[in-house]
Amino acid sequence: MRNVSGLVYGARVTAAADPAISVSGLRKSYKDKTAVDGVDLVVAHGEIFALLGPNGAGKTTTVEILEGFRKRDAGEVSVLGTDPQQADGHWRAKVGVVLQGTGEFDELKVDEVVRHFARFYPDPADPDEVIRQVGLAEKAGSRTHTLSGGQKRRLDVALGIINRPELLFLDEPTTGFDPVARREFWELIRGLRDGGTTILLTTHYLEEAEELADRVGVIAAGRMIAVAAPAELGGRNTAKARVTWRGGSEETDTPTAVVQRLAAEFGGEVPELAVHRPTLEDIYLRMIANGEKA
Amino acid sequence: MIGLVLRQGGIEFKQFVRTRESFVFTLLFPAMILLIFGSIFQGTIAGVPFKQYFAAGMIASGLLSSGFQNLAISIPIERDRGVLKRFRSTPMPKWVYFGGKFLQVFVIGVLATALLFVIGAFYGLKLPSTADKWFTFIWVFVLGLLACTLLGIAFSAAARTGRSGPAVVTPVALILQFISGVYFPFGSLPHWMQQIAALFPLKWMCQGMRSVFLPESFAAQEPAGSFELGKVALVLGLWCVAGLVLSLLTFRWTTKRDG
Repeated sequence: MRNVSGLVYGARVTAAADPAISVSGLRKSYKDKTAVDGVDLVVAHGEIFALLGPNGAGKTTTVEILEGFRKRDAGEVSVLGTDPQQADGHWRAKVGVVLQGTGEFDELKVDEVVRHFARFYPDPADPDEVIRQVGLAEKAGSRTHTLSGGQKRRLDVALGIINRPELLFLDEPTTGFDPVARREFWELIRGLRDGGTTILLTTHYLEEAEELADRVGVIAAGRMIAVAAPAELGGRNTAKARVTWRGGSEETDTPTAVVQRLAAEFGGEVPELAVHRPTLEDIYLRMIANGEKA
Repeated sequence: MIGLVLRQGGIEFKQFVRTRESFVFTLLFPAMILLIFGSIFQGTIAGVPFKQYFAAGMIASGLLSSGFQNLAISIPIERDRGVLKRFRSTPMPKWVYFGGKFLQVFVIGVLATALLFVIGAFYGLKLPSTADKWFTFIWVFVLGLLACTLLGIAFSAAARTGRSGPAVVTPVALILQFISGVYFPFGSLPHWMQQIAALFPLKWMCQGMRSVFLPESFAAQEPAGSFELGKVALVLGLWCVAGLVLSLLTFRWTTKRDG
């Protein structure tokens, strides 16, 4: 499902007329530095959109403008039909936020924090259930300062989803997670998506974007340089494959034919045979390198 | 919504109590000072033991430290830690946060004052004897604490980082204590110092507390020749309004770095 562009579904085509997030010409500068330099972005309802880009490219600034934390210098922004700069409590109740930095509650216990935040919302999820979902059930009674980095991040996620948000922002949510925790987190996010939550995610893990996102956008130097499904980014789906074997390699559009030819040449097993397709990371690194040259 | 303020106050207080060192020092500091100065100064002012005079000032100072110092120092730390930013992402209105802080400060103020009463008892501190005086005590206490809370919230914008908080706040509190007649008889301070002190709430809180803990005859020692309770209420009330307006205007959920 995630490899199919959102436009394939009839429902999403109509949703595109009223997207969850719509941004055009977004600009933001700090003193002498332009952080965001004309970003356009549309995220449909029910979509998982991943923003990729190097540190300092403008991802967090963009996301925090959408979350209503920062004021923009120019551009049109609509999030769930509202300009986040004019956001009220009603709007905040529909939006979940996992910030890049964790807010530390230090001496409070995990369940105290989650329960307290649940009270801010008109229709919250069950705190115990959320604590279980993010995998903190065993730590529910622990003070938050005793949590590991990854566990603190899970608490952040718990607070981001306690209001059952229509739209969830995740700014580098899995930093500090071990591989097992990361996979559990992905399951949690897929579950939210299946429940209809729209998700805007920033990440440095290309694998994460590929696992979760319907579409990815690459930001470099404050500009959106590409938007596509992960499998199609930068012409990845039509890029040549590289076949390698002991003593040789070849770039080709028809790797199967090459393998058959090699099999015939070697009379059976081809030593150290491998067929490489460009990974999302290969494509991404090439884009960033080109983007920085441009 | 009132329920939410109570909950917010509850969680604030829980956090405060569990941060044991700040809890202990906020409560103990005024008590220790009372103990030390009460032991050093044995004299009398206009027939009133200095200890009695000093206790009234220390109770007012305790309110200043529970409200003003406590919040002006702790809020920038919470802001640095991202706790406030996280609150900002919820529908919780500012006034619920302010209300929660006031409840936290109120409970601390009550505990700090109770501790001063206990320490004072060893020195023969005379508690107010009439219902009238208790009534004055209560409104000076509540109004003073509210003004200090709101000014603490407003002043939290002055420290740009959590680390600079104490450096910015402590001198302000100390200077106010010296010029407001906590450590020295207010009547014997230079006139210009009295004038400056009269601009700030602590002087009026001390004066209100003196009217409760000192005999009527002591009123003659006040610059105005009376405890001026009407003026005490007026000035503290005005500071509450000013503190609220300043808080609403200057309060920041996020650090300057956050744009």
